[in-house]
Amino acid sequence: MQLAKVLGDVVVSHKDANLSGITLLVLQPITADGSAIGRTLVAVDSVGAGRGETVFFVRGKEASFPFHPTEVPTDAGVVGIVDHWDLG
Amino acid sequence: MQIARVVGTVVATHKHAKFEGAKLLLVQPITLDDQPRGTALLAVDSVGAGVHEKVLIVIEGRAAGEALGRKGAPVDAAIIGIIDEVDVQE
Repeated sequence: MQLAKVLGDVVVSHKDANLSGITLLVLQPITADGSAIGRTLVAVDSVGAGRGETVFFVRGKEASFPFHPTEVPTDAGVVGIVDHWDLG
Repeated sequence: MQIARVVGTVVATHKHAKFEGAKLLLVQPITLDDQPRGTALLAVDSVGAGVHEKVLIVIEGRAAGEALGRKGAPVDAAIIGIIDEVDVQE
Protein backbone atom coordinates (compact mmCIF):
# COMPACT_ATOMS: atom_id res chain seq x y z
CA MET A 1 0.00 0.00 0.00
CA GLN A 2 1.11 3.53 -0.66
CA LEU A 3 0.32 7.08 0.41
CA ALA A 4 -1.26 9.43 -2.14
CA LYS A 5 -2.93 12.79 -2.49
CA VAL A 6 -6.34 12.95 -4.19
CA LEU A 7 -6.10 15.45 -7.08
CA GLY A 8 -9.65 15.09 -8.36
CA ASP A 9 -11.97 12.71 -10.09
CA VAL A 10 -12.77 11.27 -13.50
CA VAL A 11 -16.22 11.40 -15.07
CA VAL A 12 -16.89 8.28 -17.15
CA SER A 13 -20.51 7.81 -18.16
CA HIS A 14 -19.90 5.00 -20.65
CA LYS A 15 -18.11 2.24 -18.74
CA ASP A 16 -17.97 -1.38 -17.70
CA ALA A 17 -21.24 -2.28 -15.94
CA ASN A 18 -19.41 -3.43 -12.82
CA LEU A 19 -18.06 0.10 -12.31
CA SER A 20 -21.57 1.54 -11.93
CA GLY A 21 -21.94 3.88 -8.98
CA ILE A 22 -18.25 3.74 -8.11
CA THR A 23 -16.27 6.98 -7.77
CA LEU A 24 -13.01 7.15 -9.74
CA LEU A 25 -10.30 9.30 -8.17
CA VAL A 26 -7.12 10.75 -9.67
CA LEU A 27 -4.24 10.05 -7.29
CA GLN A 28 -0.70 11.38 -7.03
CA PRO A 29 1.49 8.98 -5.03
CA ILE A 30 3.58 10.77 -2.40
CA THR A 31 6.69 9.97 -0.39
CA ALA A 32 6.84 9.72 3.40
CA ASP A 33 7.68 13.44 3.53
CA GLY A 34 4.65 14.32 1.44
CA SER A 35 6.26 15.17 -1.89
CA ALA A 36 4.92 13.83 -5.19
CA ILE A 37 6.61 10.78 -6.65
CA GLY A 38 5.86 8.67 -9.70
CA ARG A 39 2.97 8.70 -12.10
CA THR A 40 -0.52 9.84 -11.36
CA LEU A 41 -3.14 7.10 -11.62
CA VAL A 42 -6.87 6.53 -11.39
CA ALA A 43 -8.30 4.40 -8.56
CA VAL A 44 -11.72 3.22 -7.43
CA ASP A 45 -12.88 4.65 -4.10
CA SER A 46 -14.36 2.48 -1.36
CA VAL A 47 -14.08 4.90 1.58
CA GLY A 48 -15.61 8.19 0.41
CA ALA A 49 -12.37 10.12 -0.15
CA GLY A 50 -12.30 13.47 -1.94
CA ARG A 51 -10.05 16.08 -3.48
CA GLY A 52 -7.21 17.32 -1.31
CA GLU A 53 -7.29 14.39 1.09
CA THR A 54 -4.33 12.16 1.83
CA VAL A 55 -5.23 8.52 1.37
CA PHE A 56 -3.65 5.12 1.10
CA PHE A 57 -4.34 2.82 -1.78
CA VAL A 58 -3.68 -0.73 -2.86
CA ARG A 59 -2.58 -1.91 -6.27
CA GLY A 60 -3.60 -5.10 -8.03
CA LYS A 61 -6.61 -7.38 -8.04
CA GLU A 62 -7.02 -6.78 -4.30
CA ALA A 63 -8.34 -3.31 -5.14
CA SER A 64 -11.65 -4.93 -6.11
CA PHE A 65 -12.10 -6.79 -2.79
CA PRO A 66 -14.08 -4.00 -1.03
CA PHE A 67 -16.80 -4.46 -3.66
CA HIS A 68 -17.05 -8.25 -3.32
CA PRO A 69 -18.93 -10.13 -4.72
CA THR A 70 -19.07 -7.66 -7.62
CA GLU A 71 -16.09 -8.32 -9.89
CA VAL A 72 -14.95 -4.74 -10.40
CA PRO A 73 -12.33 -4.53 -13.18
CA THR A 74 -9.76 -2.38 -11.39
CA ASP A 75 -6.04 -2.45 -10.65
CA ALA A 76 -5.96 0.27 -7.98
CA GLY A 77 -8.25 1.27 -5.12
CA VAL A 78 -8.35 3.78 -2.27
CA VAL A 79 -8.85 1.83 0.96
CA GLY A 80 -8.22 4.42 3.66
CA ILE A 81 -8.17 8.15 4.43
CA VAL A 82 -5.06 9.16 6.38
CA ASP A 83 -5.57 11.45 9.39
CA HIS A 84 -1.83 11.96 9.91
CA TRP A 85 1.41 10.05 9.87
CA ASP A 86 4.62 10.40 11.83
CA LEU A 87 8.20 9.58 10.95
CA GLY A 88 10.28 8.12 13.76
CA MET B 1 -5.91 2.54 -13.80
CA GLN B 2 -4.38 4.87 -16.33
CA ILE B 3 -5.73 7.53 -18.65
CA ALA B 4 -4.95 6.80 -22.29
CA ARG B 5 -5.82 7.87 -25.80
CA VAL B 6 -6.89 5.33 -28.43
CA VAL B 7 -4.44 5.67 -31.31
CA GLY B 8 -5.27 2.70 -33.50
CA THR B 9 -6.95 -0.61 -34.10
CA VAL B 10 -5.29 -4.01 -34.33
CA VAL B 11 -6.38 -6.90 -36.54
CA ALA B 12 -5.01 -10.36 -35.76
CA THR B 13 -6.54 -13.31 -37.53
CA HIS B 14 -4.49 -15.96 -35.78
CA LYS B 15 -4.80 -15.60 -32.03
CA HIS B 16 -5.54 -17.48 -28.83
CA ALA B 17 -9.11 -18.85 -28.74
CA LYS B 18 -10.01 -16.68 -25.72
CA PHE B 19 -9.56 -13.59 -27.90
CA GLU B 20 -12.26 -14.73 -30.32
CA GLY B 21 -14.56 -11.79 -31.06
CA ALA B 22 -12.59 -9.42 -28.82
CA LYS B 23 -11.73 -5.96 -30.16
CA LEU B 24 -8.07 -5.03 -29.83
CA LEU B 25 -7.05 -1.39 -29.75
CA LEU B 26 -3.71 0.34 -29.58
CA VAL B 27 -3.70 2.82 -26.69
CA GLN B 28 -1.15 5.47 -25.70
CA PRO B 29 -1.05 6.28 -21.97
CA ILE B 30 -1.14 10.06 -21.40
CA THR B 31 -0.49 12.47 -18.55
CA LEU B 32 -3.14 14.69 -16.95
CA ASP B 33 -2.16 17.44 -19.43
CA ASP B 34 -2.57 15.11 -22.41
CA GLN B 35 1.08 14.34 -23.16
CA PRO B 36 2.13 10.81 -24.21
CA ARG B 37 3.72 8.84 -21.38
CA GLY B 38 5.58 5.59 -21.98
CA THR B 39 5.00 3.18 -24.82
CA ALA B 40 1.72 2.43 -26.53
CA LEU B 41 0.16 -0.93 -25.72
CA LEU B 42 -2.61 -3.24 -26.86
CA ALA B 43 -5.80 -3.41 -24.83
CA VAL B 44 -9.02 -5.36 -25.29
CA ASP B 45 -12.05 -3.12 -25.55
CA SER B 46 -15.24 -3.97 -23.69
CA VAL B 47 -17.00 -0.61 -23.94
CA GLY B 48 -17.02 0.24 -27.65
CA ALA B 49 -14.25 2.86 -27.69
CA GLY B 50 -12.95 4.35 -30.93
CA VAL B 51 -9.81 5.98 -32.27
CA HIS B 52 -9.01 9.43 -30.74
CA GLU B 53 -11.17 8.85 -27.66
CA LYS B 54 -9.79 9.34 -24.17
CA VAL B 55 -10.27 6.16 -22.16
CA LEU B 56 -9.65 4.55 -18.81
CA ILE B 57 -7.52 1.40 -18.94
CA VAL B 58 -6.57 -1.28 -16.44
CA ILE B 59 -3.13 -2.83 -16.77
CA GLU B 60 -3.54 -5.96 -14.68
CA GLY B 61 -4.32 -9.48 -15.79
CA ARG B 62 -7.36 -10.54 -13.82
CA ALA B 63 -9.06 -7.16 -14.02
CA ALA B 64 -8.59 -7.18 -17.79
CA GLY B 65 -10.01 -10.72 -17.98
CA GLU B 66 -13.06 -9.60 -16.01
CA ALA B 67 -13.60 -6.68 -18.36
CA LEU B 68 -13.48 -9.12 -21.25
CA GLY B 69 -15.90 -11.38 -19.39
CA ARG B 70 -13.69 -14.43 -19.75
CA LYS B 71 -11.79 -16.08 -16.94
CA GLY B 72 -8.35 -17.31 -17.83
CA ALA B 73 -7.95 -15.16 -20.91
CA PRO B 74 -4.28 -14.37 -21.66
CA VAL B 75 -4.73 -10.60 -21.45
CA ASP B 76 -3.06 -7.94 -19.33
CA ALA B 77 -4.78 -4.71 -20.38
CA ALA B 78 -8.36 -3.61 -21.06
CA ILE B 79 -10.33 -0.46 -21.77
CA ILE B 80 -13.03 -0.19 -19.11
CA GLY B 81 -14.51 3.27 -19.74
CA ILE B 82 -14.69 6.24 -22.09
CA ILE B 83 -13.72 9.42 -20.26
CA ASP B 84 -16.06 12.41 -20.41
CA GLU B 85 -13.96 14.65 -18.21
CA VAL B 86 -10.98 14.65 -15.84
CA ASP B 87 -11.53 17.16 -13.06
CA VAL B 88 -8.36 17.93 -11.11
CA GLN B 89 -6.74 20.82 -9.28
CA GLU B 90 -3.06 20.46 -8.52
